[in-house]
Parts: sequence; C-alpha cells; structure tokens
Amino acid sequence: MKLSANDLSWSIGGTALLQSISFDVADGEFFGIVGPNGSGKTTLMSLLSGIRKPQVGSVTLDGQPLSKIGRRDVSRSIALVEQQAETGERLTARQAVELGRTPHLGAYTPWTQVDAETVNRALRNVDMDHLAGRYWHTLSGGERQRLHIARALAQEPKVLLLDEPTNHLDIGHQIDLLDLVGKLDLTVVTALHDLNHAALFCDRIALMQNGSLVALGKPSDVLTVRCIREVFGVEAEVETIGHGSCNIRFLPRGRVDLAREGRLRAAS
Amino acid sequence: MTRPGSPFFKTGMVLAAVAVLLVSVCMGAAIGETAIPVTIVGQTIANKVWGSGYPVVPLDEGIVWSYRLSRAVVAACCGSALAISGVVLQSLLRNPLADPYILGISAGASTGAVSVAILGLGTSMLSLPLGAFLGALVGFLLISLLAVKTGTGPTAIILAGVAGSQLFNALTSFIVTKAATAEQARGIMFWLLGNLSGVRWPDAYLAVPATLLGLVICLWHSRALDAFAFGSNSAASLGISVLRTQIVVIGASAVMTATMVSIVGSIGFVGLVIPHAARMLVGVRHGVLLPASALIGAVFMILADICSRTLIPGQVLPVGVVTALVGAPVFAVILAKKRERA
Repeated sequence: MKLSANDLSWSIGGTALLQSISFDVADGEFFGIVGPNGSGKTTLMSLLSGIRKPQVGSVTLDGQPLSKIGRRDVSRSIALVEQQAETGERLTARQAVELGRTPHLGAYTPWTQVDAETVNRALRNVDMDHLAGRYWHTLSGGERQRLHIARALAQEPKVLLLDEPTNHLDIGHQIDLLDLVGKLDLTVVTALHDLNHAALFCDRIALMQNGSLVALGKPSDVLTVRCIREVFGVEAEVETIGHGSCNIRFLPRGRVDLAREGRLRAAS
Repeated sequence: MTRPGSPFFKTGMVLAAVAVLLVSVCMGAAIGETAIPVTIVGQTIANKVWGSGYPVVPLDEGIVWSYRLSRAVVAACCGSALAISGVVLQSLLRNPLADPYILGISAGASTGAVSVAILGLGTSMLSLPLGAFLGALVGFLLISLLAVKTGTGPTAIILAGVAGSQLFNALTSFIVTKAATAEQARGIMFWLLGNLSGVRWPDAYLAVPATLLGLVICLWHSRALDAFAFGSNSAASLGISVLRTQIVVIGASAVMTATMVSIVGSIGFVGLVIPHAARMLVGVRHGVLLPASALIGAVFMILADICSRTLIPGQVLPVGVVTALVGAPVFAVILAKKRERA
C-alpha cells in the first residue's frame, strides 16, 4: 500500500515541530527517517500512524485520507511500534502479542484458531516463541522490543511503522530485526538512529532537521559528508557501496582537528 | 478434563459464580443477632418470589425479607460496582492506586449530602441520597472539566481529582463545623464512613440495575480496556477510539459509584483492593477480570456487612470501618504470598 504525507505540519504552543512535510512511500518500500534528536521523527510517526491528526495537511493511504477511514480500519492496515511503550500489568509475552489481534476482533467476537496461529507466527518471526509464557516484567529491554514488533505483526498490517526499533537491542538482534522487517512483504517506514543501518537496509531515506525535510532519496544521495556535517554537526567519511548504499565512518572531533591541521600544514 | 476457554468451562464458571453469589446472599440473610436457619431463608424467598406458601413465622419472614435480604442485595451491588469501577479506572488511568473516589465522587457526594442534611438546601425536593447523588455528579463533572482544561493524560485526571476532592472535603468540613449540631455531625460522620443500615428494597431497585448496566457497559469495552495495557497511544494504534472509550467507561463507573455513594455513603478500600486481588487470581484480561472482580467485591461486601452487624453485640459498626479493618490485613497477606511465588 502506498502511504503519503501531504504538506504535514504540527505545532505545540507556537513551536513548530513539523513544517510542511511531503513524501510518498511506495508499496513494499523500506523507507527510513533519520535526523538528530528533536528533529520531529516521533511526531511524524504518530501522524503517519493516524493516532494524531495533522493540524495542516493530510496522510493518505492509497490516495484515501486517514481521517476518512475509520480508526479500526486504519489499524488493520497500519501498525505502529512506539519507541518506549511499557506496562505495569502482569501480562505474559503471549498476551502482549495477542493484543495485536484487537483490530480484527469485535467486542464479542470469539478468539479463534486463526488468531492463535497468527500470534504464534508473529512470535516465531521475532524468535520469541520459546519465551511466550514469561511475564512481561521479567523480560529484557530487547526481548520487550521484539514482542512489540510481534504485536504489530499480529495486526497483519500492510504498512509497518517503527520508531527507532533497534533501541535496547544488541548488534546481533539489531541486524536480525532489520533483516526480518526487510524480508516481510510489507511497506515499512522506520525512524532510525544508526545512519549505517539506514544506509544498509533502506531503499530511500528522508533526512529531517528542526521539523523540516532537508533531503530525500537513495542513502548514498542523502548521507553525504556535507549533509552529515550540516545536520548532525559531525565529520564523517562516506564510502559508496553499490545499489545506492553507503558506509559511513564517523571521525572523533579531536581527530578532525588533527586532520585539518595536517591538511593546512601540507598546503603551506 | 475441560480446558479453560472451552464453552463448557465458561458455562461452568458462570454457574459457579451465580451459586457463590446466591449462597453469600443467603448467608447475609441468615446470620445476624438472631440467627435464622437457611431453610427459613429459602422458604421466605420462595414465598415472596413464587408465592409458595410455606408456613414461616411472620417475624422471621419480616427480618429476612424486609431487613436482611434487601441489605445483602444492596451490599452485593455496592461491592460489585465499586470493584468494577476500581478495575476500569486503574486500567484507563494506568495507576494501581486509582479507586472509584479518585474523580471526586465521594467528596462531591458528601458536600451534596451535608448541603441537604445540614444547610437544608432544597429539602422540599431533595432527600439526602438525592443530594449526595447530585453532589457526586457535580464533583465528577467539575473535575473532568478541570482535567480536560489542564491537558490530557492520566496524570492530569489524577491531579485534578486530588485538587477537586480537597476542595469538596474542605467545603464539607466547613459546613459541618459551621452549621451542624453535635447530633447532626455524628450522623453525617456515620454516613461518610459508609453504612448499610436503613437500606430497604427501594434502594435495591436502584442499585441492581445500576450495577448490571455498569457491568455490561464495561464488559462491552473489555477488549478496548485490554488494549490500554501499553498506554493510550498503543490503544489508538490498535484501533481503539481512545476518547470515546474513556468517556463511556469512566462515565459509567462515575454513575455507578455515585449511585452507590448516595445509597450507602463512601465505603472505602473495596474499589482499591478488590481489583488487585482479582488480578492476582484470574490475570489481567478484562473479559475475565471484570466479572471476577464483581463477584469478589459482592461476596466481600456481604461478608463485611455480616461482620459489621455481629462483631460487637448490640452495636452496628459502619461497614466502611470493617472493609478497611478486615481488608487491609487480608490484602497484606495476599501481597506477601504473591511475593513468595514470584
């Protein structure tokens, strides 16, 4: 399904958190959103998921505005994994994933074998089926994050929205998770912290700064030395590796100064 | 063996729950200063409901039917209503310390009650229960408005509830100290602590439908309530209309609680503790948790009422005192047990 942001704006108390953001995500695309802390990624995700209504502009799904589609129907098409969702309830891992079936169940629709199998598949997909009986509060941050993704998968969405899904995960699980999400037959929009992961997995990247979209395109076009310096304030070396991907090596500030000094000395 | 979840198992559980409830109500009718055999209780009920015509001493029949049964039924409703309200408020506000009175219902009710009973506001039209009911709704509406004004989210509601309750409690104290005679102050004190004395069938005709309606509305939203486990954003992304659910469910629990408060005063502890006890026993699924809480609340309240009538011979304690005196240690034991298991 094609997800589009059309001229989205959002402000709180006179501070603009998002300013006229527009882009289209194609069916089946792996779309990354990167940007420094506070650049508006989370706000953008909540507008895309429909849990907040844009003050200006609209989000459309295959051309239809989310505001015209019922809340329940939206949640059968779009699933959101929030950055930090916690619970004080004593529920098990499986029960947390079962919540993903909510949009498909009415107030008194009975729980069926189909629902149970969908939940099992989602648990297997994130490699959590062996811990399904454990209580939520006994699980590690990474295990909880994988369960959130399993819950989103149990929704059987067409579009999966992820807000920094690899937080709290060790590097093995980070790669596994992005691999898994990439292999799913879904349109994926994910906010990512790690620029190398964004470059490695995303078809296209949107770069955000202070609530505005400053660049949009293939990773190697967006994550340039200049862009990284201007948006993140960090020096880096970027090596392009086929298919529009790239590899970024960040330079510690001290070494940047040394390098610049070396260049100056060589020039004089 | 029947598995949980099979229709057979569910029917069995419902039947068992109804049986436990009936036995409790009969106990409430049988036990008291003059013990009346359960057979007489059964015969009285049969006479009154089906007109069976068993020969029962009129005095016994009077005590069982007019006095104790109505009281047991209202006690059961009150326990259920408070427990259900506690469950849904704790879930929606995501705060384990939330109870049915957190939205200013009991504070508003007491202000309404003293306004009628002591200041004599509108005594031509209003009785004390009606005054309490109106006070409860005014308190709830004011606090809801304040919460909406200060922002969304559970914390705003709880803060608004604390501020509003303080205001109404201060008003109540002000009226009592300023205008009440010693006799009136004692009476009001007794009412504020929660008290089932003087409860008759007309009260039950109010309490039973209010409780059943509240239970049905909350059960109807049980999947939505489940979806709040990870907060309202998560519920919204699961397709729940967050605002509508909050308004309907909190509104239902407010009306239920206001009805109970107007009949029996503000009985503390039940709405806070029964939900936790029920969660430990049956888990967090609202489809099971709500009926379980309703049942436990009903049975607990009937037992508390029996204790309040029999603990001190010749004297009736306010049932609110008993719920706290008995409930707090029981809850402590449950907590300790839970710790051992974890």
